[in-house]
Amino acid sequence: MDIVKTKELVYEYIRKREDGSIEAVKRAVDDVNITVKKGDFVAILGHNGSGKSTLAKQLNAILVPTEGTIWIDGKDTKDESLIWDIRQTAGMVFQNPDNQIIANVVEEDVGFGPENLGIPTEEIWKRVDESLKAVGMTEYRYHSPNRLSGGQKQRIAIAGILAMKPSCIVLDEPTAMLDPNGRKEVLQALLDLNRKEKITIILITHYMEEVIHADSVIIMDKGKVVMEGTPGQIFQQVEKLQELRLSVPQVTELAYRLEKGGLLINNKAILSVDELIEELIKWKKTSQCVNRK
Amino acid sequence: MGKERGGDIIIRDITIGQYYPAKSVLHSLDPRVKLAGTFLYIISLFIFESLSGYVLAGLILLLTIKASHVPFSYIVKGLKSVVFVMMFAVFFNVFFSHGQHQLVKYGVISITVEGIELACFMAIRLVYLILGSSLMTFTTTPNQLTDGLEKALAPLNRLKIPVHEIAMMMSIALRFIPILLEEADKIMKAQSARGADFETGNLMTRAKRLVPLLVPLFISAFRRANDLAMAMEARCYRGGEGRTKMKPLKYKRLDYVGYSLVASYLGIVFVIENYII
Amino acid sequence: MSIRLEHVNYVYSSGTAYEKHAVKDLNITIESGEFIGIIGHTGSGKSTLTQLLNGLIKATDGHIYYNDKSIYDKKFDMRQLRGQVGLVFQYPEHQLFETSIIRDVSFGPANMGLAKDEIEKRAKMALMQVGIGEDLFEASPFELSGGQRRRAAIAGVLAMEPSYLILDEPTAGLDPKGREEILELIRWLHETRHITVLLVSHSMEDVAEYVNRIIVMNHGQIAFDGVPKEVFKNYRELEKIGLAAPQVTYVMNQLKDNGFQVETDAVTVEEAYEAIKVWARKEGVIL
Repeated sequence: MDIVKTKELVYEYIRKREDGSIEAVKRAVDDVNITVKKGDFVAILGHNGSGKSTLAKQLNAILVPTEGTIWIDGKDTKDESLIWDIRQTAGMVFQNPDNQIIANVVEEDVGFGPENLGIPTEEIWKRVDESLKAVGMTEYRYHSPNRLSGGQKQRIAIAGILAMKPSCIVLDEPTAMLDPNGRKEVLQALLDLNRKEKITIILITHYMEEVIHADSVIIMDKGKVVMEGTPGQIFQQVEKLQELRLSVPQVTELAYRLEKGGLLINNKAILSVDELIEELIKWKKTSQCVNRK
Repeated sequence: MGKERGGDIIIRDITIGQYYPAKSVLHSLDPRVKLAGTFLYIISLFIFESLSGYVLAGLILLLTIKASHVPFSYIVKGLKSVVFVMMFAVFFNVFFSHGQHQLVKYGVISITVEGIELACFMAIRLVYLILGSSLMTFTTTPNQLTDGLEKALAPLNRLKIPVHEIAMMMSIALRFIPILLEEADKIMKAQSARGADFETGNLMTRAKRLVPLLVPLFISAFRRANDLAMAMEARCYRGGEGRTKMKPLKYKRLDYVGYSLVASYLGIVFVIENYII
Repeated sequence: MSIRLEHVNYVYSSGTAYEKHAVKDLNITIESGEFIGIIGHTGSGKSTLTQLLNGLIKATDGHIYYNDKSIYDKKFDMRQLRGQVGLVFQYPEHQLFETSIIRDVSFGPANMGLAKDEIEKRAKMALMQVGIGEDLFEASPFELSGGQRRRAAIAGVLAMEPSYLILDEPTAGLDPKGREEILELIRWLHETRHITVLLVSHSMEDVAEYVNRIIVMNHGQIAFDGVPKEVFKNYRELEKIGLAAPQVTYVMNQLKDNGFQVETDAVTVEEAYEAIKVWARKEGVIL
């Protein structure tokens, strides 16, 4: 069963003059057809203005497609009667952690979503406990969000979504404003949720190193999907990525250069230091054998 | 700790209205009791006309401070920020008062014994008022406070007053005040780095010089409001209807004790003012 | 020409529960012409350091000398220092306030009390330098893209024609394209305009690629100070303080651990590639 499915999706921002006539139309999302399987970890990459955030907002029915259709767990986002159902199914985390925390105490913020859903008090407490535990923030439950680090705040925001028991979480550049440690924290929390809680994760980012653990990667440019595949398949196409001016992790680039320079023969993308070392050791052995002969 | 903070941030020293986490009887009281108590206490301050009244109110205040477990020095720090307002009030009372025992008369300025007396009492009243109300905010989280207000004002719903929405707005405002203060500090520094001067000049030029601070601050506030609205919508917020509470307000025995103490205080005030003097 | 810090300490919120010793006994000399990267995790004191350098905050004790003159001297012209040591804050585009880009960029030079045509000349030049064309001079900041806004904000500091430029994470929140543009701009300012640059960054890869000296801050003190290759040799110590070396440094070190006789001091992809090539020739394994 696909948790997300889009068909010929188009979204246009329309700027109107004061008299109501149309001044400019900007097509932010252009004929996008994607599917996300339940339980997958999907990364969507692209530059600012590539349409990735506009796509994300449509997954949560904050924006409704200009043309085409999105189904979230089989529900059409255009159907207004399903809107709360859809938002509960596909929870959304935004870029700036400060601007999405509503309450002044961590645990009360996590309870905000369930309160809105009309969940009985006892159940809210249970959900808050579980959600805080899942993101490793239980010990901060009585704290004020103001004194937490960016990574911690973002984990609170994730817990707040989690408490609504979504089957899918969409994150719109959740790490863009964080330092490296905060980024690591958030990414680890997401991987845990995906593996332990079986929650579908749709991560929108422009950091290449965050997508290497994903099940699949979608790359957008100028509103269109330009590349799609597993991280391995994507990172093999170093030249195409560089053309799109997306920076590749240093090891991937090094492996690519070595291969081009004839210093390494391999036919898969290198995503981590360990993989490169392994390949180089293998290559050293075989090439030494060849040389001896 | 979040972002690195440098500089001597004067704005941060304002403790008034900030929650002080501690475990005390006062902290565990229902916010409605505290709201009612504070409200009635403030009213009582304006009923007094006698010295014994001031003594009683002061005594009660001291006892409550003791019971709140908030350090006295912390409370006094909160007072500092309102000293200016207080001096202003006192100043007016001292220099522009009428009374029989005139001490100095020079043009519009007149100092009288009654004026000085009045000024002193005014100052004491103000101190009591500020201490009393800040004691409430010290011991009540903003959320409890808004919950308490929402519940206490619930009858107004019938008059089509959106009580829930007002309470929610208050709560959000309280959450964003420290964030915006920090931001103001940052923008001020950034503009100072470009040679902006916020400190010298007369009132008019100073006000004009605030533009480089206020414009970015407003833009930022709007951006945050926009983001927040979207985030709230994404978390299925749709007004007060059909909402449940994680921490519903329920009176405990302690709260009834609280109410009776407030009632007896009012009773004593009434007796003092009407029968003893 | 230099900036010299001697035994500089800075304590903020002194006497309250939030008291913090942000920098401790700092001794640094910044020579004219350097390109310095300042790294350290959040709260290590690097932001405090940047603000001390242009006099925005005053050291609790210690001395700062700008061209051998103490900036805390009563006769010292602090306003001139602000013009000489330009400071670009994090997310500088958030401080744009004027109705047009050119007016915003003019704010700094205008505060320096320059003549009108000089202000205009400087503002235009600064905008050209950051790659914002004449067609956008009169545009409102809201009409620009995120990357353009950031560059316009940097122009606002450049228009003061500083000799030193301090940038606090100038690439934060930008996409890869925007990051590269900013870093190339900074490199150009250093090489062509001969501006001394201090770049505060979280990205070890960026720092390794661009700067020629790294200062590592930890708990308000200097943990390491040297050329990138030397500093990143201490990658194990860097990890202990919540930092890391560039990925390729790990590659080279692990290769050595696995019996490859390679030089391990590479910090950029180019250097790593060369080092492996040298090794391959030596071993005769080249195909």
